[in-house]
Amino acid sequence: MMMRWIAAFVLVVGASLPARAAVDIQEVTSPGGITAWLVEDHSIPFTALELRFKGGTSLDAPDRRGAVNLMTALLEEGAGDLDAQGFLKARQDLAARFSFNSGMDSVSVSARFLTESREQSLELLRKALVAPRFDPQALERVRGQVLSTIASDEKDPRAIANRTFDRLAFGDHPYGHAPDGTRESVTALTRDDILAAHAATIARDRLYVGVVGDITAEALGPLLDRLLGDLPAEGAPMPDDVAVQLAGGTTVVPFETPQSVAVFGHAGMDETDPDFFAAHIMNQILGGGGFQSRLMTELREKRGLTYGVYSFLAPMEHAALVMGQVASANESIAEAVQLVREQWADVAENGVSADELEAAKKYITGAYPLRFDGNGAIARILAGMQFAGRPITYIETRNDRMNAVTLDDVKRVAARLLQPDELHFVVVGQPEGLSATQ
Amino acid sequence: MIARIAAVLLALLPFSAMAAENVTTFELDNGMTAVVIEDHRAPVVVHMVWYRVGAADEPAGLSGVAHYLEHLMFKGTDELAPGDFDAIVKANGGSHNAFTAPDFTGYFQRVAADRLGLMMELEADRMRDLALTEEHADTERGVILEERNQRVENEPNALFAEQQRAALYLNHPYGRPVIGWRSEIAELDREKALDFYRTYYAPNNATLVVAGDVDPAEVRTLAEAHYGPIAPSVDLPPRVRPAEPPHLAERRVRYSDPRVAQPYVMRNYLAPERNSGDQRRAAALSILADLLGGSGLTSVLGEKLQLDAQIAIATSAYYNPTSYDPTRFGMYVVPADGVSLEEAETALDRVLQAFLAEGVDPEQLERVKGQMRAALIYEQDNLQSLARRYGAALSIGLTVEDVQSWPEVLQSITAEEILAAAEDVFDRQASVTGWIMRSDQEVTQ
Repeated sequence: MMMRWIAAFVLVVGASLPARAAVDIQEVTSPGGITAWLVEDHSIPFTALELRFKGGTSLDAPDRRGAVNLMTALLEEGAGDLDAQGFLKARQDLAARFSFNSGMDSVSVSARFLTESREQSLELLRKALVAPRFDPQALERVRGQVLSTIASDEKDPRAIANRTFDRLAFGDHPYGHAPDGTRESVTALTRDDILAAHAATIARDRLYVGVVGDITAEALGPLLDRLLGDLPAEGAPMPDDVAVQLAGGTTVVPFETPQSVAVFGHAGMDETDPDFFAAHIMNQILGGGGFQSRLMTELREKRGLTYGVYSFLAPMEHAALVMGQVASANESIAEAVQLVREQWADVAENGVSADELEAAKKYITGAYPLRFDGNGAIARILAGMQFAGRPITYIETRNDRMNAVTLDDVKRVAARLLQPDELHFVVVGQPEGLSATQ
Repeated sequence: MIARIAAVLLALLPFSAMAAENVTTFELDNGMTAVVIEDHRAPVVVHMVWYRVGAADEPAGLSGVAHYLEHLMFKGTDELAPGDFDAIVKANGGSHNAFTAPDFTGYFQRVAADRLGLMMELEADRMRDLALTEEHADTERGVILEERNQRVENEPNALFAEQQRAALYLNHPYGRPVIGWRSEIAELDREKALDFYRTYYAPNNATLVVAGDVDPAEVRTLAEAHYGPIAPSVDLPPRVRPAEPPHLAERRVRYSDPRVAQPYVMRNYLAPERNSGDQRRAAALSILADLLGGSGLTSVLGEKLQLDAQIAIATSAYYNPTSYDPTRFGMYVVPADGVSLEEAETALDRVLQAFLAEGVDPEQLERVKGQMRAALIYEQDNLQSLARRYGAALSIGLTVEDVQSWPEVLQSITAEEILAAAEDVFDRQASVTGWIMRSDQEVTQ
């Protein structure tokens, strides 16, 4: 009784799903020529600002691995006339929040500041970006923290699996190296290396800006110039693209721990590929999260072999992967690996069912508007869209493009993207019944 | 600068007025309480049901059953097949999850606001009508053993935390891990989970929290339609857990593991919690945690140990006041390379002694309070965290008024109260000091 009622209800409301998120994006160009995407929302007296500088740790020089990561961590450790503690006190007095993060392809800055102290907060942020001090004492303190993180990663099965996979996939390309660097490389970094990493990465020619909250377009323009106008016009050239160097098989990294951790994958698909939407839907069905995916159904729901198993598309600036991860007790990881391989092969060969496609579309299109949840989240989306080269109208058309994907599209893209013979597993632990192929 | 800031932040007062204007409460005839938080910025709603039962309410020997039941709540009812719950929420573009804590178990969905009724229908259905097969219950036990593997057995820091917690509580079930001891998880089954379910899952033991683009009157109508018909439990056990005896002996935990890369020292004290109408001591301890270790280099531990003496690479202090029974106040020091755990612990105690002797720096206290005021503004941007704040508080016996007066109580706390609370809580007899180290380290310490 209730089931039928729910089914009817789903159908009715399914048709009335909000077609697009209610965000009104303005493109603002400052008098000095800096572009930002802005969503005004004056209901809470604060603003979220997201800056993304393309490049990130992939711009580390070959003998200076970890410089960009350490530089980014030092941006909040003293700037202009303020030492590390002075900077932190000033930020806390303004009740502003800044965070600085480096990734393989970008350095990102997330800031939130109250309307009442907007100008002072942005002036403080300007100092961090334009005039970081990199004081020797702060450098040593933060270097100690980074070395501690590196040491912990060396004994963490998940980190070991990811590092091993990256090294096998990308070799000597920057993507093949740990973004934090190694104990040796970080120990050897000098203040000049940090200054060079700053000059290489924090520049206007690679900057994307998203702003959301209690600020008008008129007010934003001049503030952008003050905040970012003093940055150098150009940073370091981007690294080359790289081919994925993995072959199918299994690598085992022995590590004494009860549960084996596996990271797996092979070459993937660029985000600009016309089939990317179909690939996104295909991945959602294969292992894109939730209890319904093929991988979760086979490994967790039917057999209780794992707490979680996922697959994901990983398009990067200079390469693309389709990847996944799973963890299972040493005694059962071999079965888990085998089941992943079987699902990979099944979807590659047979595609997915009409019901699976329909359910995935409903979820993907229905969940999309829910992402626009809060000023900080929207600011990140705006910067990310520009970073990925998407048009400002992307949000309006995205769900229609998802809905346009057909069963044949998914079948075609699955056959093209999923390569069961190319699938490589890196397993860290003491797996039973699983042998390395190399 | 300081004067300017004070003016800025004063403009944000009064807090209670700000909080009260968009929060409504009501109670159904069957005893289910409800909180509605309005936020019309996006057509989204968060729907949560919080049961006032958690791991600390489990019978002895059945650690992990509250969490096991939380998993089994997705395994079907008399109306829905296993997996349908997930499928229906997903088909409506929603996301959902659940969590188990020592004092409560919560279930929530985030979905387009016009699907609220459907979410209530689903949640009401599984409040009393869970239908489990042995097979699903057995498979899910395997999932939980793997969850424990992932979160605990593979994580030396989590094993260390578990051992310290067990050492801190001499008698209270807070000493048991929420996920359960491995040996006891292995013995859980369908019947044990269903016993727990029948005892505790009822409207008069639950709080409904709805936050988002909703009209409170409409929420009430929907709640009456979906939750209203569920009969209350008539034999809900009183919520009385075994109490702690006097703590007469300081405890020490030394944990070695070859997988440890970074040794550190931790200290946990037994500490009082928030109680309805009586939140000042807990507020003083919350500010104390921020003063000592809440903000890196500007907090006492960070300044003395990371910046001045440079013997630590990280320090922190933490305190969770939202607890049904006495909670913990904790600190840790991660020593710099070449500094022993003994030296780190001695330095920690030296800093605490100096703090008690010198008192609170008024400028630092004002900075901490200013940050707390600003947090109220930033938190308005995060509906889910606001909803969680109410749900957690109401699940441990606080009222909506307690939640709304909490910011004002925090602002009114004096330096004297903070110091008194510190002197009270820093009692080594009621503490556990833990060292976590590499296996090869013990001989050299």
